[in-house]
Amino acid sequence: MATENNAIEELANREYKYGFVTAIESENAPRGLSEDTIRFISSKKGEPEWLLEWRLKALRHWRTMKEPRWPNIHHPPIDYQNIIYYAAPKQKKNPKSLAEVDPELLNTYKKLGISLGEQERLSGVAVDAVFDSVSVATTFKGKLNELGIIFCSFSDAVREHPDLVRQYLGSVVPAGDNFFAALNSAVFSDGSFCYIPKGVRCPMELSTYFRINAADTGQFERTLIVADEGAYVSYLEGCTAPMRDTNQLHAAVVELVALGNARIKYSTVQNWYPGDKEGKGGIYNFVTKRGKCAGANSHISWTQVETGSAITWKYPSCLLIGDNSIGEFYSVAVTNHFQQADTGTKMIHIGKNTRSTIVSKGISAGRGNNSYRGLVEVKKGAANARNFSQCDSLLLGDRCGAHTFPYIEVKNTTSKVEHEASTSKIGEDQIFYCKQRGLSTEDAVNMIVNGFCREVFRELPMEFAVEAQKLLGVSLEGSVG
Amino acid sequence: MSLLEIKNLHAGIKGNEILAGVNLTVNRGEIHAIMGPNGSGKSTLAGVIAGREAYEVTGGEVRYKGTDLLSMAPEERAREGLFLAFQYPVEIPGVTNTYFLKAALNAIRTHRGQEPLDAVEFLSLTREKMKLVDMDETLLNRPVNEGFSGGEKKRNEIFQMAVLEPTLAILDETDSGLDIDALRIVAEGVNKLRSKENAVVVVTHYQRLLNYIVPDFVHVLVDGRIVKSGGKELAYTLEEKGYDWVKEPQAALPAGA
Repeated sequence: MATENNAIEELANREYKYGFVTAIESENAPRGLSEDTIRFISSKKGEPEWLLEWRLKALRHWRTMKEPRWPNIHHPPIDYQNIIYYAAPKQKKNPKSLAEVDPELLNTYKKLGISLGEQERLSGVAVDAVFDSVSVATTFKGKLNELGIIFCSFSDAVREHPDLVRQYLGSVVPAGDNFFAALNSAVFSDGSFCYIPKGVRCPMELSTYFRINAADTGQFERTLIVADEGAYVSYLEGCTAPMRDTNQLHAAVVELVALGNARIKYSTVQNWYPGDKEGKGGIYNFVTKRGKCAGANSHISWTQVETGSAITWKYPSCLLIGDNSIGEFYSVAVTNHFQQADTGTKMIHIGKNTRSTIVSKGISAGRGNNSYRGLVEVKKGAANARNFSQCDSLLLGDRCGAHTFPYIEVKNTTSKVEHEASTSKIGEDQIFYCKQRGLSTEDAVNMIVNGFCREVFRELPMEFAVEAQKLLGVSLEGSVG
Repeated sequence: MSLLEIKNLHAGIKGNEILAGVNLTVNRGEIHAIMGPNGSGKSTLAGVIAGREAYEVTGGEVRYKGTDLLSMAPEERAREGLFLAFQYPVEIPGVTNTYFLKAALNAIRTHRGQEPLDAVEFLSLTREKMKLVDMDETLLNRPVNEGFSGGEKKRNEIFQMAVLEPTLAILDETDSGLDIDALRIVAEGVNKLRSKENAVVVVTHYQRLLNYIVPDFVHVLVDGRIVKSGGKELAYTLEEKGYDWVKEPQAALPAGA
């Protein structure tokens, strides 16, 4: 008994490893949200007129909308006028090489375990590092250029490939889609843009690394990935953030477009600051992610491991428009201490012979509250649609919550929709069995939880899978049922 | 020095005393059998030795290799070579037998100052040990005990024992739920693992298992105390006369005798 408590205490006192601040000058927009704020952002980024108009339209639309109240989460009201919507670290424009990047910035990334230079040499993963609303360095541009692959910051894409951006921006998540998408469309800072040309298989995993630094800034990334016919790309998104007392809003939008026979694999390991043990502080992660399987035989997979954030609210979804298209969603969501999550997916079957797979694993510990919310919609014309959904919840402790809100709407009688759900606890007997074989309580819990998440971890690119397992161990901090 | 020494052990659950002063000494190289009627405290004894938290020790002491066993955490006891073959082995979904056993073995090896085994080394070790209990290789990749029949679960316990090579193994009613053939296989496995360095305590209801795992000593546990000890013939006598035979003389003795 005594030893168990000691282990739990020790783990709980482990500090959030990424909690520190980079002392760097910031060029911020004044607090608040108005048309002037938009113009400020747009001019700072040197955007063309059409984009400014697009933003302003979104802002006007946002003003007519109300923040949704239906999710199973609770938070104090957000004062949208009390947020800084743009913060850029002062540095030289457009570094041609890492040598031109502010060394303080690079040092920040080293502390976080990412050294751009090393990445460039060893792993072969191209990294577009976003730091406080501005992309820092994009490695491997040259190599990708040879294949005709475009992978750059969103801001750069607007400058260098305006036609592509204009064609696809808002085509999957229109500005008026929802409250936070509208907000994002008005004030989005930066993000990634990626275009894979016809028939090209991107030879390396593309990755983006986020961080929020200055106090009270909201992060509003905008990411757009387009895979042309027959193309393939695997994209990794991983995030951390420093310790803050006031909540920070993160309302990103990610749009994926897969044309005929194309495939996009989008993986996320999310470790935003989750708030302290009393539930104070932490990131609000309100994200709209959607993929459009536009062409026949196209395929989009979402894989996410969400361990951070005070509140996670996102539904990476797929529009299965092309015939024979496939949508997949694999998720592990962890809520510990006072974290809340309302997350899931929407699979909209529109074309013929479409397939979707949903595997959601929710882990609740402490006083965490975890909800899965999913929609499987089979439209009238979606002949022969197939869906399989599996939602499993694992409760660690007796003060946490796990909820499931599955929505199934089927309008075509040739379709087949399957839904399985389970709720379980890690039993004392299981822990004792492991201990009697020589394993510590911590190892036993980690092992059992990882076993629980196996089907999802299997879908992650290998580097991420290892990070995900470690993250899970830290997030759960010895909680045992 | 004896391997296991139990002196006047009192233990219970939720305020009810189950073990009322157990005394037992086990030396290396020996096989002891503990028999007794339902509710006598056999499984409680096994659980207390293994360190099950539900049980409260209210008196007495237990020394293992000369050290105070009761102050050691369950995983510490395991790493010191204590093994419990569970009466009802639990299932662990999502965790394969291989993964589980490798983690356990390496935890024990690290404790002993040995190098942990890698996947390839571990696999060849398991192939060797599987023959001892006639275990099907396909069961290794299945989650621990998930969907196993009763016999397969018990065989898995002995298989784990073969891999972990404990110094003191406690078999808690390993024979319950087994048919004759499974019983024989399990017993043969245990016998093959015998050495001069280790010892086994077999907790059982019936004499049948003891035909295959022949004990050096038989103890009878009644109402939380060992009331009679003897050689292997004692098991036959019990089978013949029943547990009442052992209980009667207790009732007949005047108080204080």
